[in-house]
Amino acid sequence: MHNLVCIKHTPDSAATMFVENGLVSWGDAPMVVNPWDEYAIEEALRAKDKFGGSVTVLTMGPESSKEALKTAIAMGCDHGILISEESMESYDARITSLVIARAIEKLDNVQIVFFGKQAIDGDTGLVPMSVAHGLGWTGFSYVAELSGIDVENAHISLVRLLEEGKQSCSGKLPAVISVVKEINEPRYPSFVGIRKASKAEVEVLTLDDLELDDKITSDNNGSLTWSEIQEIPRKSTDAELLDGPNMNSIAAQLVEKLVEDKVI
Amino acid sequence: MGSGVWVYIDHFKGNGLAASWEAISVAKSVASQLDTSVTVLVFGHQTDELVSEVATYVSDTIIVCDDHTMEDFRIEPYGALAAKLYQNYKPHIILLPATTRGRDLSAFLSIDLGVAVVADCTDVNIEEGCTQVTRPVYAGKLNARISLDNLHPQIISLRPRAFPKVGECDGMAEIIEVEPVMTESDIMVKVLDYTAADYDVSLVDANIVVSGGRGVGGPDGFDPVRELASVLGASVGASRAAVDSGWIPYDHQVGQTGKTVSPDLYIACGISGAIQHQAGMRTSKIIVAINKDVEAPIMKLAHYGVVADLFDFLPIFTAELKSRFEK
Repeated sequence: MHNLVCIKHTPDSAATMFVENGLVSWGDAPMVVNPWDEYAIEEALRAKDKFGGSVTVLTMGPESSKEALKTAIAMGCDHGILISEESMESYDARITSLVIARAIEKLDNVQIVFFGKQAIDGDTGLVPMSVAHGLGWTGFSYVAELSGIDVENAHISLVRLLEEGKQSCSGKLPAVISVVKEINEPRYPSFVGIRKASKAEVEVLTLDDLELDDKITSDNNGSLTWSEIQEIPRKSTDAELLDGPNMNSIAAQLVEKLVEDKVI
Repeated sequence: MGSGVWVYIDHFKGNGLAASWEAISVAKSVASQLDTSVTVLVFGHQTDELVSEVATYVSDTIIVCDDHTMEDFRIEPYGALAAKLYQNYKPHIILLPATTRGRDLSAFLSIDLGVAVVADCTDVNIEEGCTQVTRPVYAGKLNARISLDNLHPQIISLRPRAFPKVGECDGMAEIIEVEPVMTESDIMVKVLDYTAADYDVSLVDANIVVSGGRGVGGPDGFDPVRELASVLGASVGASRAAVDSGWIPYDHQVGQTGKTVSPDLYIACGISGAIQHQAGMRTSKIIVAINKDVEAPIMKLAHYGVVADLFDFLPIFTAELKSRFEK
């Protein structure tokens, strides 16, 4: 079976973000594979281990995003595709989804498209289910367990993690799924994988190659831009440290403070 | 451009999520500034009680689809109906709670209606007739301000607990009953069953969250954390370190790769407060840190700090609260 993983190159989750000349900056913090996407890569590789076939990994972004693809190839993905275009920096979740859906249509016989549940930069979580609807495929978000894949009958069953607990459901292939952390423990790139990735050729697609509809890429079509980025005001003082002759005295003080603050 | 503000009610088996009532309060405020009306969408099965509850908050219009195909939220029938209703009425603004279901529905509408969605907003303002919103980005490390002038309709999802709960109102809402647009045989997704989570209050909705981290030392270390949570009626959270060690299931994880919470009171027990954890709880109203290390980063974020071993302090604190509540 041929499966696809869609990933994003994002600033490291430990990066301190700030605003410089009105633009988002993360200083010299490294760029990494979006942490949620590691679980998507792992799940796609597990499907390959079980059913054979191949895994293609796709990302959208500047040339430097190839690094994310190489990480995925080092983990075991077979083939990398970069959708590259300078103007893409400003694409919102909907346009991104339409471009990815178009790229998927051009790929051969994809059965499952895996996403992480969201990217840690834009944090919208919209792209996976938007791609599903764009393709007219079944979409499952927040998947915590892939319980069954029946390639012959084009059927998939899985468990989703919702606010209230876990939901078991099933549907038809091809499907688009987004995964949560609970689904697996991602593998580390192997030594052999890293060597393979260093030599791997990444396929580069431009928007022209995808033959997109003009209205998708034209500027004023219900697209979204961040008009202003603000830093979150930092708390200027450290915690008020509660102290006393014994634990009982500190506990009583803390209860008093929380009652005064009307939070208990 | 249409008029009217719509609210999608997210519920689970007929129980409206708190975020739905918050969304109605935003809708009422926005509608009054734009001098337009509020319409509430209730999709489900056997929705009478839910509709009665909604009617205590809204006096304009409630559109109800009560059908067995709508019993569980599924994107296909819910999305198809919402899109059709949009085409019939053309509202100016559609508000949804930024819950799992609300986000999925907004993604469907974004593609179907050909317009961007603004996800997970924490502030919505009308300035000179234009909608301005704020949403956290980079896991809440920065805020983005967004102007929605060029979007028709304006589809906005709202972060739970970022807005006040709605007040009750007088008056009788008009109820419009509509039929679903898909039949069961056309719907590809089937829901088989549910397993309830091992908690009573969803972390995201909780007024109080008590969390344990590396300092709890093992699965049993969560016992005093749970006892405190039970006395406070709180939800139990955890840091990534505790989850990755296998001491507590992932659905308790707070932080960048877990849940984002914003309770009135957040009590961090034995959590150092890495930047990824802070991303998931920094907007809590009052933060208490209980940690042996006064230099732990959580002490910079917390309002109150107790420098102590949590196993010494928590039982005494829990007993103190118990005796206070009994009075």
